[in-house]
Amino acid sequence: MTGGRKLLGHVALLLPPFGWLTVFYLGSLFILLLSAFWQVDSMSGEMIHEWTLDNFRVLVTDETYRIIAERTIGIAALVTVTDIILAWPLAYVIARKVGPRMKLFLLVLVALPLWSSMLARIYAWRLILGHDGVLNWFLRSAGLPEQSFAFTNVALWIVFTYLWLPFMLMPLISAIERIPASLLDAAGDMGATPFQTFRTVIFPLAIPGMAAGSVFTFAVTLGEYVTPMLVGGAGSEFIGNVVYSNVGVSGNIPFAAAFSMILLVVIGAYMLVARRFGAFDGA
Amino acid sequence: MNGSMRNLALWGAASAVLAFLLLPLLIVLVFAFDASSVQIWPIHSFSLKWFAATWADEEVRGALLVSLEVAGLATLLASVLGTLAAVGMNGLSSRAVQVGAFFLTLPIALPGVLTGIAMNSFFTALEIPFTMVTLVIAHTTFCTVIIYSNVMARLRRLPPSLTEAAQDMGATPLRSFTSITLPLLGGAIVSGMLLAFALSFDEVIVSTFTAGSETTLPLWIFGAIRLGQHMPEVNVVVFVVVAVTLLPIILGQKLAASVSRER
Repeated sequence: MTGGRKLLGHVALLLPPFGWLTVFYLGSLFILLLSAFWQVDSMSGEMIHEWTLDNFRVLVTDETYRIIAERTIGIAALVTVTDIILAWPLAYVIARKVGPRMKLFLLVLVALPLWSSMLARIYAWRLILGHDGVLNWFLRSAGLPEQSFAFTNVALWIVFTYLWLPFMLMPLISAIERIPASLLDAAGDMGATPFQTFRTVIFPLAIPGMAAGSVFTFAVTLGEYVTPMLVGGAGSEFIGNVVYSNVGVSGNIPFAAAFSMILLVVIGAYMLVARRFGAFDGA
Repeated sequence: MNGSMRNLALWGAASAVLAFLLLPLLIVLVFAFDASSVQIWPIHSFSLKWFAATWADEEVRGALLVSLEVAGLATLLASVLGTLAAVGMNGLSSRAVQVGAFFLTLPIALPGVLTGIAMNSFFTALEIPFTMVTLVIAHTTFCTVIIYSNVMARLRRLPPSLTEAAQDMGATPLRSFTSITLPLLGGAIVSGMLLAFALSFDEVIVSTFTAGSETTLPLWIFGAIRLGQHMPEVNVVVFVVVAVTLLPIILGQKLAASVSRER
């Protein structure tokens, strides 16, 4: 078979999937970019294809939207840090403290929530955090004061942390696994205390894993609107919620598009930072 | 702190995190059997009555049907596109494969709200009405990469000598593909389809932006929880959705495991 025919074969095979992707996905992203610079006629509510920077001007000058953007980015960062802290002990045990059979079993348990319904997992926390929920029953039984986290940003923080924890666990486990045991032995032989070994050897070598996990936890939280609607309260609006409420008959798609562009820029910038920490180096 | 204390603390913390990860799912599954119509813990009496009530609800059955249709159609389309992408990219330079994989992954790597609003403005701009068709197009777009990565992983482990042998013996590329490569990829395609089905069946974010007046099961759950209506039915539906999404995953894993053992 000649090279030309072979190339033709590749092109023929790749045309349907990449044609689909180009038309429906890249086409969509392109229209999204364009519509961020369009506007909606205030009288008729129809979209007009006239170029304007008004959407972005409103976003920058209106304090409401600045607060929403700050809240979104702030909570996404907080969730990422919390997930890093929570992931460490379990990731360390799975990576270094158990046999291969137990490891496989634990890995399945960690991945299980990721593959089960996201709505079910959010809904679970309504049952837990509610006034007559599981947590208050537990606190009452233990003689502790009741909590009222339901429909607050604390609930949002807990639920996001719970939802995306597996995303942090997976890459962190493989990062810790990849650290050669000989390095840890060497540190111990040279008189390092376990804490020193952790601080100077294990932690730095696991940074790419944490960076990889943080790309997921940060980006996914950033783009959310379902969780704020279901477990958040009056002051829990995310960028995604503004986007969501502007789609539909009475909505303002150009404005939603402009706000989602900000999302895209923040995620893009974060990925560049994460890449510097080796987030995309591991396989 | 001495060694055994430290170990105890580590295991204690690890167990607590694992419980944090798994208990909520368990709790939500148990509530499906709650006889009461209000959600109060501890549950006082258990019953299957809400299963019957939920099944009798036309709205839920309609939503289930829409979800099955969308997930089924999207999975079929994605299986064709994903397999073509993997087979077509196999053998290209690693740089080309990287770029291709990047674009295929984009629809699930970017937050759903971005994918959702992008597709919404696309269909709006082209004046395509939001129906089941737009829903299937959207789901196919983010399911394709699942099939692709499953098939690609399998292709990487296939010795190229197999197709070369077939072609040496006079088979056309198409013939060697259909009689050698495709049968060997069958398991990977099917397990990818199971994963894609589970992904589509559970998807809520992109669906919100592309469904129009159609209601999938996740959209029904979302609406019901938001409005605080039909909560006992929500418990049952959530139970079923978890079961329906976990089953294909477990089956798919089993299948993938048995395929890799064959080799």
